Amino acid sequence: MKINKHIAVSDSGFVFNPVTGESFTANPMGIEIIEMLKQERTIAEIHETLLQKYHTEHTTIEKDVADFFELLKNFSLIDRHETTEN
Amino acid sequence: MKRPKIRIGVTGLNAIDNPGPGVPVIRGLLEASSFDAHIIGLAYESLEPGIYMHDLVAKTYQIPYPSSGADQLMDRLAYIHEKERLDVIIPNFDAELFSFIKLAPKLKAMGIHTFLPTLDQFEERLKVNLPEFGKKYGMHVPKSESIYQVSDHKKHMDELGWPVVVKGKYYDAGIAYNSEQLAGYFNKISAKWGLPIILQEFAHGTEFNVTGLGDGYGNTISAVPMRKQYITDKGKAWGGIAITDEKLLKLTRHFIKETKWRGAFELELMKNKKGEFFLLEINPRIPAWVYLAVGVGQNIPEAYVNLAMGKAVQPFESFESGKMFVRYSWDMIVNLSDFEKISTTGEL
Amino acid sequence: MEKLRYERPLIKRLEGHMPSKFGMRTDYTPKTHIDGVAVAELISQHGSPLFVISERQIRENMRRARKAFETRYPRVQFAWSYKTNYMDAVCSTFHQEGSWAEVVSGFEYQKALNNGVDGSKIIFNGPDKTDSDLDLAIGKNSLIHIDHLDELYTIQELAKKQGVTARVAIRVNMDTGIYPMWDRFGFNYENGQAWTAINKIMQSDAMELVGLHTHIGTFMLSPNAYATAAYKLAELARNVRLKYNHEVSYIDMGGGFASTNTLKGAYLPGSDVSPSINEFAEAITTALINSDFPQNKLPLLILETGRALIDDAAYLLGSVITNKRLSDGRRSTILDVGVNILFTSFWYDHKITPAQPFTQYTEDTVLYGPLCMNIDVVRENINLPLLNKGDQVVIHNVGAYNMTQWMQFITLRPKIVMIDLNHQVHVIRENETLQNLLELERVPDHLKKFDL
Ligand SMILES: Cc1ncc(COP(=O)(O)O)c(C=O)c1O
Repeated sequence: MKINKHIAVSDSGFVFNPVTGESFTANPMGIEIIEMLKQERTIAEIHETLLQKYHTEHTTIEKDVADFFELLKNFSLIDRHETTEN
Repeated sequence: MKRPKIRIGVTGLNAIDNPGPGVPVIRGLLEASSFDAHIIGLAYESLEPGIYMHDLVAKTYQIPYPSSGADQLMDRLAYIHEKERLDVIIPNFDAELFSFIKLAPKLKAMGIHTFLPTLDQFEERLKVNLPEFGKKYGMHVPKSESIYQVSDHKKHMDELGWPVVVKGKYYDAGIAYNSEQLAGYFNKISAKWGLPIILQEFAHGTEFNVTGLGDGYGNTISAVPMRKQYITDKGKAWGGIAITDEKLLKLTRHFIKETKWRGAFELELMKNKKGEFFLLEINPRIPAWVYLAVGVGQNIPEAYVNLAMGKAVQPFESFESGKMFVRYSWDMIVNLSDFEKISTTGEL
Repeated sequence: MEKLRYERPLIKRLEGHMPSKFGMRTDYTPKTHIDGVAVAELISQHGSPLFVISERQIRENMRRARKAFETRYPRVQFAWSYKTNYMDAVCSTFHQEGSWAEVVSGFEYQKALNNGVDGSKIIFNGPDKTDSDLDLAIGKNSLIHIDHLDELYTIQELAKKQGVTARVAIRVNMDTGIYPMWDRFGFNYENGQAWTAINKIMQSDAMELVGLHTHIGTFMLSPNAYATAAYKLAELARNVRLKYNHEVSYIDMGGGFASTNTLKGAYLPGSDVSPSINEFAEAITTALINSDFPQNKLPLLILETGRALIDDAAYLLGSVITNKRLSDGRRSTILDVGVNILFTSFWYDHKITPAQPFTQYTEDTVLYGPLCMNIDVVRENINLPLLNKGDQVVIHNVGAYNMTQWMQFITLRPKIVMIDLNHQVHVIRENETLQNLLELERVPDHLKKFDL
């Protein structure tokens, strides 16, 4: 799973793709996941990190993260071709 | 003498091709001789151009849409007031006026002044009520009928004649030349603004507008008539000339005296071949072309603020003729960080 | 290490024409408690979904309404409109506050008697009163509001048989400038039907014309329409006075005041646009006082206000079953509350808030109910915080017409509780059970056996 390297993320939750000129806002959880993607962490690592840190269950994280990736894909923030394997 | 500083919140910063009045209002306020205006912008959307005009607007806050309710708007205004200590708010959007009229006493209690029509004045001039308004105040209005079903139009067409203007309860209008077109507009407009739909006799002639200010006791503080020179495809004036038609001024003074109009307004009128004026619509707020009034010597935004602050305001007696306005658009260069800030924090 | 509160990740495109709601309060100030009782506690004790009624709010509404009218008019009587909410506990609260009963069927009539309301304080409205209903109501000296001529003749006959005089009024429908005009109930004013019916009553020994009634519509937003209606009833009363030298003893203005719910398609929320009860009171009482009723002979003013007195006194609690993304990318949330128990979601955009605190991040979502039916939509579009499975929501302003129009469909109907003035929770209607339903069913013998 590769996130587009040029993407700028700010603490305020503002996400900007300089290539397409599109801008987005994300909540802190969204920013945290994008940051992990930028550090090239695997999906399993992402799941584990969130599970350690937050009060929730694995199934919930798995479902929500998958949904979030779907959004990133739709917004062309991650490459469509590289999504099946991390 | 040092001019007092007045802190004024202004909405309608959407200076786009169908412009809101906010930016011209601010220009009037900044040119006021009786006070030193400090402008706080109040915006609904993050791309309203006024937000980025830092030489006009000191700071802008996003506010919730009227549709989310007066309570939420009030909460947000309370937050803004805590930071900015507003003295006056000038709402400039039709759709927000109802909420601000309702909130006016609460705002007053917080120390924020407004100068708005009363709820009765606001409702009396609604399109559905225009025929009655005309009768009550002795003003010519085009014939109109409210209908709830498309088929009901048949009853009225003998009287109204083709073409007919099909209008929504609050906004939107179209001109229909036959039943099919009428049905088309009926469906489109009622889907958006609900029922009834108003059928108004099509008034032939030349369109004139008047902007003005009433003090709430029947006195005319300001009145400036304008004839549109050039109209965009959105029906907005792109150029207009201030005119001194005594008949129009008389009609405006009559309107203010009879209704005891409080606050700013814009009258839309049609003059037929016989030289009679018909009142088509009353907008209960400052129009986007108000800077023409400022330019000919009647600073309506300034007088508005003084009235709101409870000061005695001398009526404007005259204005310079021979002036016109020509609108233009202007591309600003904006830092993305400004857009980021207003988008994520709701403040800039 | 203490784990942090989880919130699902969210990213939204910033669109030029769309204002960002981030950083701003929107519609979701959580409603964690109702009259001091925690929502979570209510659900854990009584299950989800759950209707919750505030006794305090009912009493407050009733007192505010009485004050609005009584400060403007000397003689006022409210009658609780049973169909709006005929839970016995709700009706009894209204009766304790001095309301009579207004019913529209034999079933509701029996319910009122059962609640201990004296027959003479029951107003019997509606087009469907059976002969035996009428016979009973005449015997109990109830106020019978005649809907049509057949009913008029039946009452005349039945009263004669009983050897008593029935106390009657007629329901009058009229043009008050409101669309649609409810001209299917009662007798029309403009075309003279009402006057004809009045004459028939006045010329009969078996009936006494005690009042005039109208109910101009429901969820009315125009106090003016009531003023028009009051003038027209006063005009009829005047004609009765002139022709028969008879005074009607009451004018019944029906119900219909809008509650603070938001009608679908309305631009501004109901809490902003619905007139207050004071505005309705002002319009009605001014019209009556300005009509030519003789000094000190003003008729009793009866009001059958329903929804405006009960809507905001009840909540429906529910829980999130799951979240889904629809094929077009929209978020949807499925609740355990469906249109089968929230009938009013067909015409209102109900206010819905979470029952637990959230961050300011929100998402537009469709709210669906749990039924396997496409029509089961609670809100087509609502901006809510990021709800997870099991999170609880509070649906506001559900007091009117839900606990009477709900249907037993696919699932069983939930419990209703009432919170009293001391924050005690009382079950006022139990969960419906399979047994309740099976008791009503019969299977013919030849269908009892099958092999699969
Ligand atoms: C005769 C009559 N009275 C009173 C009511 C109560 O109306 P609302 O709940 O609109 O106040 C109704 C409701 O339809 C009614 O039919």
